[in-house]
Amino acid sequence: MTTAEQTAEQTAVPAVALPPRPSRLRRLLSSPVLANRQSLVGLSILGLFVLVALIGPLFIHGDVRAKVGPVFAPPSRRFWLGTDGGGSDMVQLLVMGARVSLLVGFASAAVSVLIGGTVGLLSGFYGGKTDIVLMRITDYVLVLPDIPLMIVVAALFGRSLTNIILIIGIIYWTSTARLLRAQVKSVRERVYVQRARALGAGNARLIFRHVLPQVTPLLIANTVLFIAYAIFAETFITFLGLGDPSIVSWGRLIENAFTDDAILNNAWWAIVPPGVAVTVVVLACTMTGQAMEDALNPRLRSGHLSVRRFRLRPVPGEGLGAGAGTGAVPASPAPPREPS
Amino acid sequence: MSANGNGVGPLLEVEGLVVRYPVQRGVTGAAMRREKQFVHAVSGVSFSVSRGEMVALVGESGCGKTTTAQAVLQLIRSQEGSVRFDGIDVTALGARELRRLRRRMQIIYQDPYESLDPRFRVESTVAEALVVHHEGTRRDRRERVAQALELAGLTPPELYLNRYPHELSGGQRQRVAIAASLALGPELLVADEPVSMLDVSVRAGILTILDTLRDSGLAVLMITHDLSTAARFADRICVMYLGRIVEEGPAVQVVEDPQHPYTKALLSVVPRRDPRRRVQPQILRGETPNPIDVPPGCRFHPRCPVAIAECRATDPELRAPVGAAEEHRAACILAGR
Amino acid sequence: MAGRLLEVENLHVWFDLPQHRELHAVQGVSFAVDRGERLGLVGESGSGKTTTILALMGLLPPTASVAGKVYVDGEDVLARGERTVASYRWKDLAMVFQGAMNAFNPVRRIGDQLVEPMELHGIASGQTARKRAGELLERVGIPAARLRNYPHEFSGGMRQRAAIAMALACDPKLLLADEPTTALDVMVQAQILELLVALTNDLGLALVLVTHDLPVVAQTCTSAAVMYAGEIVEAGPMDALYHDPEHPYTRLLFAATPDLESRDVVVSIPGAPPRLDQAIVGCPFQPRCDRAVARCLAERPSLRRMGDDHDAACHLAGVGAGEVVA
Repeated sequence: MTTAEQTAEQTAVPAVALPPRPSRLRRLLSSPVLANRQSLVGLSILGLFVLVALIGPLFIHGDVRAKVGPVFAPPSRRFWLGTDGGGSDMVQLLVMGARVSLLVGFASAAVSVLIGGTVGLLSGFYGGKTDIVLMRITDYVLVLPDIPLMIVVAALFGRSLTNIILIIGIIYWTSTARLLRAQVKSVRERVYVQRARALGAGNARLIFRHVLPQVTPLLIANTVLFIAYAIFAETFITFLGLGDPSIVSWGRLIENAFTDDAILNNAWWAIVPPGVAVTVVVLACTMTGQAMEDALNPRLRSGHLSVRRFRLRPVPGEGLGAGAGTGAVPASPAPPREPS
Repeated sequence: MSANGNGVGPLLEVEGLVVRYPVQRGVTGAAMRREKQFVHAVSGVSFSVSRGEMVALVGESGCGKTTTAQAVLQLIRSQEGSVRFDGIDVTALGARELRRLRRRMQIIYQDPYESLDPRFRVESTVAEALVVHHEGTRRDRRERVAQALELAGLTPPELYLNRYPHELSGGQRQRVAIAASLALGPELLVADEPVSMLDVSVRAGILTILDTLRDSGLAVLMITHDLSTAARFADRICVMYLGRIVEEGPAVQVVEDPQHPYTKALLSVVPRRDPRRRVQPQILRGETPNPIDVPPGCRFHPRCPVAIAECRATDPELRAPVGAAEEHRAACILAGR
Repeated sequence: MAGRLLEVENLHVWFDLPQHRELHAVQGVSFAVDRGERLGLVGESGSGKTTTILALMGLLPPTASVAGKVYVDGEDVLARGERTVASYRWKDLAMVFQGAMNAFNPVRRIGDQLVEPMELHGIASGQTARKRAGELLERVGIPAARLRNYPHEFSGGMRQRAAIAMALACDPKLLLADEPTTALDVMVQAQILELLVALTNDLGLALVLVTHDLPVVAQTCTSAAVMYAGEIVEAGPMDALYHDPEHPYTRLLFAATPDLESRDVVVSIPGAPPRLDQAIVGCPFQPRCDRAVARCLAERPSLRRMGDDHDAACHLAGVGAGEVVA
């Protein structure tokens, strides 16, 4: 064939090389978040609580803290979880408390991600002096003692829910910042980011189109874990008496039970349920967050460290003729075998 | 400074390029007043690339070839020297003007598995250059993307537009990267080891694309450690050692009639395909000294098989040895004697 | 004639894939190596060459299953799985890994890491071991005093040599080298290859060199086996493979490799290797072959003897179908 034909043949790539793609639904279902049983369980539990927090209060009429029954009444058919030290229905209290605790969890996580995310992003992307300054600030915030600070804030600015949300968000954003900074630094060095820069892309485009999408999944995983901590933080803040007195939250329930001497009265139903609720939600968040992190962080995978122990089997039938006996079944499309 | 040059002479002229990195001394080092040390990645490199010409920068690791390529595009800043692209000195340009000039010079990277954003479909990747420089409407872009994909051998383009990188093979990804750099119609293409991470059977396909593009007027600067590839595809070869060009000339001449001892040694150890061809290898002892501690005089003299006393004192210039053609130069005082 | 040092007979390796599928990575590979011989195992990515030698060492992951026989000095090494293999590992068969430069523990001295296999296998210990380690380093061209260095104090080429020294720690009979020079500069590559050749000549070692780099094999090895899609498609003396290839893939692979001294057009082979998680019908190379005929679509060729120790798996081989590459 002529040189031109030969060249054309050299340069063209035959069109049949690509495997068919799985449907969108399938891809969604196999994404790291949903495919993992652990995160599915975690998400379901969380979902359940959110549902209760949203819908529950619709079924509650009147002030939850009103006295509707005897003080520290044990669980009965009327009061499934008994009553607390003020004679209020524990179940209703729990439902209202869910709303507040979850609100605090999500809201302070939002604050923390906003601050920590921005700091980490700018620090990691720009490096140099920006990085040094931002990291110093991070170090100072990290060093601040959390509880004394909360006491001071409560004393100076009052004990409102907003303040609690802000405090939790402002004290605890540092780990997000550090995590994100490390991720952003690494992504920034990737070849496709360098290539986009070589094309002439500006920093804004590099950050929003290339870097951010790559770090968002880890950020989300980190946020979920933060929610767990925030809910727990609200609990102990309120327990220490720094919480908003007008708001019912799980932390307040525990605090109330404590100040009302529930234990002395053998009223376990006043202390245990809110504690269990907090634990379960925290557990659910942790399960989800961890599962997401494991799926997203390739370095956590340790399959290559597994023990070397192969299995023996008999040689396949009559040689390789038509591929008989190999046991390979042409099945649903598999991803193309990338060169190693 | 306008974005258009004079149009005559070589498209790219590099003169006396120097790139240095300071070595971190740390707090203790500074306190002890340890002398500031530099990594002399590129120490005075001069060469040119004309339209329709493929120049190969060849050398081993640490010789500065990749740094040179990056400095040509000002992806890293050089400390001294000039880089004239179509008459314009890019080292003197500000960020904004540099960005505008980027449409005319592009780069392809070595690793096809890392050079495409895994979240971008092929179409978005190839169109990115157009989007960044605000070129054309959506429909225009789609057409230009299709054209670029065809130039890169991915036909029919419709088959590839909606794919993600992980669905493509290494060779296909590299073609996408090439298409992405061609979308704006650059005049200079820098190819940094374009095929070293690809299987042998697909390399020629990629190199032939560059070959064809070169034939239609594109200037190509290819960085490679593979002398055989350079010999076969490049018009001219520049051999680099420790931050300098030690020999340059037409590819055929450099390979068949090397003038510099380093080039001779390098050529002798490149394995041949033919098992009957047993070349007597001139294996140099030791490894390339690091670019922080550059030997005095001729940089190569500690490992040179024919070094004489004078070599320790003189730093030879790149010049045409007596009797050889003008365009074939070597930096060795013994060349041509 | 005494038995060969290493005889691999009909080796198969499968890897488990999700949803009860399997990847048939190595499909009936057979070859043999003698003392002092250097065999090149050539192939591109996915051809199964690395998996093959990992199987010989029993270093496959738990998702792998193996069939076939591997005889070292006449004894079946795989007979009882991990137990038998472990006794041969490093003592008779040693391996230099891909990226061996990065295979050293960064927080331990080179000397300690060289001594470790000796003590593990009961070859030597304490002072004797250290002395041996020093000798090994000298043999690979590194001053014995550098036993005290940490890996990061060695250059890439030196670390590769140290990796070779470590492989020699227990005086193996056979060295398996997986892409030993792939990430190295051409000059350092020449040094390492020179070392490997010297070792086989001086110590009577056998060498199996796995690489995708044909010219390296052409210059270093006495014979070679070309692998494609998990099987050997051609094997024989280096000279025969280059000057008288019987399999189109071998011929095309050489033609796709640019050579310093040739002005031939460098070709590329269109298409891609077949998927190994599905049964292959007919010749695995047929979709990319420039000489395929109807028979190639239907019937899978098996290795046939073409000449002196020269085998090829092609229906058209032996009827002048392989172009002579001058």
